[in-house]
Amino acid sequence: MTGAPLHERGVAELAHGLAQREFSSVELTRHLLGRLEAAQPALNAMVSITGESALAAAASADGARAAGRSGPLTGVPLVHKDIFCTEGVRTTCGSRMLDNFVSPYDATVVARLKAAGTVMLGKANMDEFAMGSSNETSFYGPVRNPWNPAMVPGGSSGGSAAAVAARLAPAATATDTGGSIRQPAALTGVTGLKPTYGRVSRYGMIAFASSLDQAGVIARSAEDCALLLAAMAGFDPRDSTSVDQPVPDYAAALATPCAGLRLGIVREFFDQGLDAENERQLRAAFAVYEKLGATLVDVSLPNVGLSVPTYYVVAPAECSSNLARFDGVRFGYRCAKPKDLLDLYQRSRGEGFGAEVKRRIMTGTYVLSAGYYDAYYLKAQRVRQLISADFARAFADVDLLVGPTSPTPAFELGAKTTDPVTMYLNDIYTIGANLAGVPALSIPCGFVNALPVGLQLIGPHFSEAKLLAAAHAFQRETDWHHRAPAERH
Amino acid sequence: MTLKRTDIENVSRLARLALREDEVAGYVETLGNILDMVGQLERADTAGIEPMAHPLAGLSQRLRADEVTETDRHALYQQNAPQVEAGLYIVPKVIE
Repeated sequence: MTGAPLHERGVAELAHGLAQREFSSVELTRHLLGRLEAAQPALNAMVSITGESALAAAASADGARAAGRSGPLTGVPLVHKDIFCTEGVRTTCGSRMLDNFVSPYDATVVARLKAAGTVMLGKANMDEFAMGSSNETSFYGPVRNPWNPAMVPGGSSGGSAAAVAARLAPAATATDTGGSIRQPAALTGVTGLKPTYGRVSRYGMIAFASSLDQAGVIARSAEDCALLLAAMAGFDPRDSTSVDQPVPDYAAALATPCAGLRLGIVREFFDQGLDAENERQLRAAFAVYEKLGATLVDVSLPNVGLSVPTYYVVAPAECSSNLARFDGVRFGYRCAKPKDLLDLYQRSRGEGFGAEVKRRIMTGTYVLSAGYYDAYYLKAQRVRQLISADFARAFADVDLLVGPTSPTPAFELGAKTTDPVTMYLNDIYTIGANLAGVPALSIPCGFVNALPVGLQLIGPHFSEAKLLAAAHAFQRETDWHHRAPAERH
Repeated sequence: MTLKRTDIENVSRLARLALREDEVAGYVETLGNILDMVGQLERADTAGIEPMAHPLAGLSQRLRADEVTETDRHALYQQNAPQVEAGLYIVPKVIE
């Protein structure tokens, strides 16, 4: 690929070019900053573009390389979802509540990627507090899909996905509580990995639903995701649910062939409102795996159909608790002229949070309130156990599960904003992995009406290496992940 | 599920959220729809099933030694506060 414009190259190719001194990190960073600025009016992918600090970090990376102190990601630019705290840089979480919040510290993910020599270009737009499936709940306005600006990019990591899809950045950090990495990756034609719960630290990642939230990555290919995950993953004493397990060599594992792999097609994912054209693309993708020597078998997850109702008890309950910290006192938005302390709390929260965040806080407050706790919250925790057991049973028989990432390709802005339940059903295939805590990824596998379609692979706990290898094998056989949208700026 | 305005007003009071008049009507409808959808959980047989609080079974809460590991950074943290005086967070008077 030597000679290709810098923005057309992925993480691995850029790392190679930097190592070969084909170009400097400063040149690369300047090029991508220009693209981010130029695309902003059309796509609104970013909340902040941090040009000055990016160029300083790039110069420092070039200096480190010249001094012989470079690693595999030294000088590689990326964007961080604006849910990750970044020291000295505004961190909004897509909310008016944090419009003026400058983080005093770095999230562990940010600190690790910084220590690996990556260069932060800016902070990506997102649904407010990661609550949304279309990136329409952001206080900073919707992100648009680079494949068709009338369409949503998916959410909540819509800015991360759009920036990677439009070739504004080779990679982006993202988070996934119910599908927020995989669904936007599917809708914009890029690769998105949600690791196992506890694999990547949640420290400094603004909490939404703590038993479901997981940090991950969006890039163009599984290979690029593997390089970034290696730098992000690992035990962190600052996250009480971080898991102390060694991080495998994901890049080395990519070459593992698919021959002999048993892939389970989730039966229930094909009789729940899946778009027929979407299904056709998926069946073609399954055929690619058969050609690669994998065996496809029919698998049932009998309780997975209850994922969405389970999630919409558990996630709002945890959200109502986590978001109680926003009180207008210590940081964040405060209302004007509070008449007493209660008024300060109520109006700061009422004015600082957007409609969807308030809806989830109230849903959570309702299901946790006296007299309803057993009927809703405990019931949902029991069903979560059933769903999790379905996955465990399936993985006793197959290596990975395969199916759709989302029921349809990207939909129009405004199409699903009036009825929240319609919006929630977008995540019907992705939520199960969060409830069970298992890793999953989405890779591009075709197009319907000139919009990308995603294939989801789900694995057992800590099977990221296997997932990435299976995705990489598919991407060596296909070129969907190389397709880029037309330039619109 | 049919919710009443008083239900929404009660929940918003518990959640410390001031709502505008027009917001209350919207939440009466949308929260009702969400609770209807959530009602599907009733059809699952969960007799004898333990509630699941953590996605990784068998992991217990990690403890650390009870030692001070953080330094005092209140001046830095208070740069984000809406109102601070003499190192204290200022709120409306609580006690007359």
